[in-house]
Amino acid sequence: MSNFKVEIREIQDIKIIDLRGYLDAHTAPELEKVFQTLMEGKKFNIVVNCKELNYISSAGLGVFMAYIEDVRKNNGDIKLTNMSPKVYNIFDLLGFPLLYDITKDEAEAIRKFTSFKK
Amino acid sequence: MSTLNFKIKSQTEKLSIVRDFITEAACNFGFDDESASNIALAVDEACTNIIKHAYENQPDHEIDISLRMNNQVFEIVVTHQGKLFDPRLFKSPDIKDYIAHPRRGGLGIRIMKLLMDDVEYKILPDKKCEVHLRKKLTSETLRSR
Repeated sequence: MSNFKVEIREIQDIKIIDLRGYLDAHTAPELEKVFQTLMEGKKFNIVVNCKELNYISSAGLGVFMAYIEDVRKNNGDIKLTNMSPKVYNIFDLLGFPLLYDITKDEAEAIRKFTSFKK
Repeated sequence: MSTLNFKIKSQTEKLSIVRDFITEAACNFGFDDESASNIALAVDEACTNIIKHAYENQPDHEIDISLRMNNQVFEIVVTHQGKLFDPRLFKSPDIKDYIAHPRRGGLGIRIMKLLMDDVEYKILPDKKCEVHLRKKLTSETLRSR
């Protein structure tokens, strides 16, 4: 049984990716597939909800790193929300709050996308 | 000095077992929860690099993990017999450059170096490679009793 789950929702044309469990080199390919599908469908406004994410290693971070430039070139973004302190600490350790828009909750991330459109 | 040894196959699905084992051992040694999970992440990164780069994702090789606990120092030695690992080829990226030009890869070594006090690579005469990860128990990382 996998200790990781990824699900997609859509709110106002924004794709919400819900992550649950442990994102490591074993489970990162599942997230990779989701991003590939979104890129193929030209979905570039992406919110990653990390509320249920217990763990992330460089393999998981690498997935975000692989797509962030393409997403932004297409006027989109990958916004990360609801991180636990443990997961945020890893992003912070690497200086990634400079690279990614990390918001406290999902509503704030959605608001940023929708207000940007107006 | 007390030691604990175990082996895993070179498969990413074994990473969760490694993390659980290291976290428990680090907690028992006296580290707080945050430090213990950081040490487990560093060992995960070492094993992931070995599986991907030294064994090139071939699943039937062995990785030896040895814990050496001496006074206040918690040392994990991860040993493999795969492709020789030249750490100079895997130098951790400059983070400003990394952020300016995001890309996959190179983060594992950076995470190891940031989370541990010391990371050392050794190549033994019998072509075994060792990664030594060391963390000292200090007043900041000590579990409150």
